[in-house]
Amino acid sequence: MTGTATAVDEVVDYDEALRRYDPVLGLEVHVELNTATKMFCGCATAFGADPNTQVCPVCLGLPGALPVVNERAVESAIRIGLALNCQIAQWCRFARKNYFYPDMPKNFQTSQYDEPIAFEGHLDVELEDGEVFRVLIERAHMEEDTGKSLHIGGATGRIHGADHSLVDYNRAGIPLIEIVTKPVTGVGERAPEVARAYVAALRELLRALQVSDVRMEQGSLRCDANVSLRARAVDGQAQDDVPLGTRTETKNVNSLRSVERAVRFEISRQAAVLDAGRPVVQETRHWHEDTGVTTSGRVKSDAEDYRYFPEPDLVPVAPSRETVAQLRATLPEPPGLRRKRLQGDWGYSDLEMRDVVNAGAVELIEETVDAGATPAAARKWWTGELARRANAEGRSVEDFGVTPSHIAELDGLVRSGRLNDSMARQVLDGVMGGEGTPTEVADARGLTLVQDEGALEAAVDKVIAANPDVAEKVRGGKVQAAGALIGQVMKEMRGQADAGKARQLILDRLGAA
Amino acid sequence: MNDITRHSAAELSHALATGELSAVEVTTAHLERIAEVDGEVHAFLHVDGEGALAAARRVDEQRAAGEELHVLAGVPIAVKDVLATRGLPTTCGSRILQGWVPPYDATVVARLRAAGLPVLGKTNMDEFAMGSSTEHSAYGPTRNPWDLDRIPGGSGGGSSAAVAAFEAPLAIGTDTGGSIRPPAAVTGTVGVKPTYGGVSRYGLVALASSLDQAGPCTRSVLDAALLHSVIGGHDPMDSTSIDAPVPPVVEAARRADVQGLRVGVVRELGGEGYQAGVRQRFEEAVDLLVGAGAEVVEVSCPHFDYALAAYYLILPSEASSNLAKFDAMRYGLRVLPAGVDEPSAEQVMAATRDAGFGDEVKRRIILGTYALSSGYYDAYYGQAQKVRTLIARDFEQAFQQVDVLVSPTAPTTAFRLGDKLDDPMSMYLQDVATIPANLAGVPGMSLPTGVTDEDGLPAGIQVLAPAMKDDRLYGVGAALERLLLEKWGAPLLAHAPVLTAKGA
Repeated sequence: MTGTATAVDEVVDYDEALRRYDPVLGLEVHVELNTATKMFCGCATAFGADPNTQVCPVCLGLPGALPVVNERAVESAIRIGLALNCQIAQWCRFARKNYFYPDMPKNFQTSQYDEPIAFEGHLDVELEDGEVFRVLIERAHMEEDTGKSLHIGGATGRIHGADHSLVDYNRAGIPLIEIVTKPVTGVGERAPEVARAYVAALRELLRALQVSDVRMEQGSLRCDANVSLRARAVDGQAQDDVPLGTRTETKNVNSLRSVERAVRFEISRQAAVLDAGRPVVQETRHWHEDTGVTTSGRVKSDAEDYRYFPEPDLVPVAPSRETVAQLRATLPEPPGLRRKRLQGDWGYSDLEMRDVVNAGAVELIEETVDAGATPAAARKWWTGELARRANAEGRSVEDFGVTPSHIAELDGLVRSGRLNDSMARQVLDGVMGGEGTPTEVADARGLTLVQDEGALEAAVDKVIAANPDVAEKVRGGKVQAAGALIGQVMKEMRGQADAGKARQLILDRLGAA
Repeated sequence: MNDITRHSAAELSHALATGELSAVEVTTAHLERIAEVDGEVHAFLHVDGEGALAAARRVDEQRAAGEELHVLAGVPIAVKDVLATRGLPTTCGSRILQGWVPPYDATVVARLRAAGLPVLGKTNMDEFAMGSSTEHSAYGPTRNPWDLDRIPGGSGGGSSAAVAAFEAPLAIGTDTGGSIRPPAAVTGTVGVKPTYGGVSRYGLVALASSLDQAGPCTRSVLDAALLHSVIGGHDPMDSTSIDAPVPPVVEAARRADVQGLRVGVVRELGGEGYQAGVRQRFEEAVDLLVGAGAEVVEVSCPHFDYALAAYYLILPSEASSNLAKFDAMRYGLRVLPAGVDEPSAEQVMAATRDAGFGDEVKRRIILGTYALSSGYYDAYYGQAQKVRTLIARDFEQAFQQVDVLVSPTAPTTAFRLGDKLDDPMSMYLQDVATIPANLAGVPGMSLPTGVTDEDGLPAGIQVLAPAMKDDRLYGVGAALERLLLEKWGAPLLAHAPVLTAKGA
């Protein structure tokens, strides 16, 4: 089949689909480990290096070269397994997965087959409304990444229509952990949310373990979403007794939002196929972020046979009980428990905490509070001002060059009375512009609240005198009317006054305090 | 004829140490010998005269400067073309690697260079070490120096023939099922397959990873021991390499003692299918050991009968995967499919593999691909691995009764070129006695027992020892070698026909 004509799939309204079918998920997540060197050789793993500069006879698969297992990668794999509540194999082997592809130097991938390093675990994931689902983990196994093909010419960047292809083997041999769930059943209409929440929870866990950069946009965390539909159980029948339908595997799902959208789309698409009385084809599908649809990739026929066999160039991995116990002792506090603890420490409401988690700002706030800011101020800056600016510019807050210690310093300047909020925002502009630390920016820009009580009192008196009507209202008990006077005082002071102090003075003068 | 080339490596080492000969003289003599006879023998695929002489000069300079040198420094060596050599072509006897020059040295080669052995060149072999006659080389067969119409054994016929024809005092071979030992037997030389993991496989282009092992090809047991100690020992680049000291092989070869040694004759490796003269020479050799104080008993290893069948499932399975990397994408031959305007990568891969691999390689890739296929794996590969375990147990039980096992190395003497090319099964049977050692990972040695009465061609005896007891091979081998030498009055190769330049 050629890719010249892309058929537009029919879809059924999502709610309609859910009335007739029960969705079942299976999620396969590939995580690139952040080890300094590759899985089976000493080459560097840095992202973004010039093509084919981080290669050697081993990861290029030159004749005669042999792999040697990266012990650090095995440790990371075991820690991931333990954090996912898995059992750790006492003895396991690598296996060769044989298939021909130009980006795979040996034309087999060194992976694990029926002896994964970790198996039988679970991860509890919390949805936005606080409901918790337990996702069962089938296995987590070690393997090596492939190189990257770059297809030149043609419109799509895909192989079809390309003039020629270039291969970069820098990525070949980077350690990967593949984490596979058992079929996720019983989630019904919430399947897309569960898929997203699972990947988010996994990402949070892996980040806490410090084993991966987990940057979906750079491919250090990649998700393949398997979706199938089965008929709704009829009267007296348990849903789990209804046989599973044929699944599709959607690849190229590179953001949390895409995970949710891709699953949702597949449910609607497969429902339309089944409604039309046709069978769902077992195939790989590609997710298109721009159009929000999946399209057919390669058909996964029964003929696909990877001819797995134990890798004879490597010795078995046999971690001792002591090693596993030592690694277990290095596990971080589980993210869910940690969130609850931090929420208590910080005094956030459930809603506030959820906003912080969804914004991915837990670590930032923790570091900011550690650096001396109040929890309220830390949250206000990161999920308020900075998040707003990031959204407006389509960037990530991490890209601003603003650190938790900057925010703590800024909060200190506000609390000490040197800056008011609007001045603090100007200081933030300077910090983002690379002008220095908040104190340096405030100094350089001459931003400081006027501390001269006399000047403030004079301004207050002037404004009261100029607005007798408003002053009368305040005297009469309408305290909120003071706001108009405060604004004018601030204007008189060219913004460099403490609004709180101005308000107090006005109320004092008018006997309304 | 050149006298220098008739010396053993040990003798050359002595002459070099005393200053009687220089490394350049020794290397030059061998290069001249290669130039003289290799047109007939065709043991070499590539000769590196310049590189070898440069290495020899360096050794002479170091010696002149009083530097401490390895005992074999300055003794030249030939290397089977299956080991990666930096800056020297490495073809594995295949068209598909024609022109490939590795950017790195195999660990074995790096150790040879570090010890100061000038590398004369790369020796011929059956393509990717698949064969027992060296006729499956894409670059033409090697001929047996005893009779140029006959095969030198395989796959490492080039290394054994080079040593037998005095083109090199030492050579490196590799043995997956018998690519060192039967060639040694049919050329009247010594060949050793060390314990699996005893010599690094890094840079050895894999045929079957779990079976391959590099080892010495020489004209004497002591020379083999000296070479073994250069190339042996742990290598962090090979996960399957054993992290233990090299067994005391040189000491064992010098001691050459079999007094009180228990020797087991393997019942299953002999008898029917073995040439009468091969059997006769073998039995005489065993008698010599008895005369020297060894106790000889017959032992049975019942599962050896299934070794060949298991081997021809495991080897092709691993080979089908190991050889997948030869796909024209990164190095080696690239063939574009005929009549296709814009071929895809897959079409180029297919066309290249079709043109670049010979029939025997294709046969084994197909066999292995089939054996690993879903639905057949358990019946073939899985079952073969079980047989492998049973064979290892046979060895364990046998070595509870005896210190070493012995058998004829190959069932026959060298056959004529072309005789078995159309009969793969008959070719495979040449390795029937040597394969069990590879399946179990135990070490084995072949040394000459004499020439047979019926054809006047050399036959060999195989000695097998438990894993990491390679020193026992050298003890038995050196003792038997001395007894045979006393009997013959001169080395066996002195009886080989004199090779002269023909048509040169």
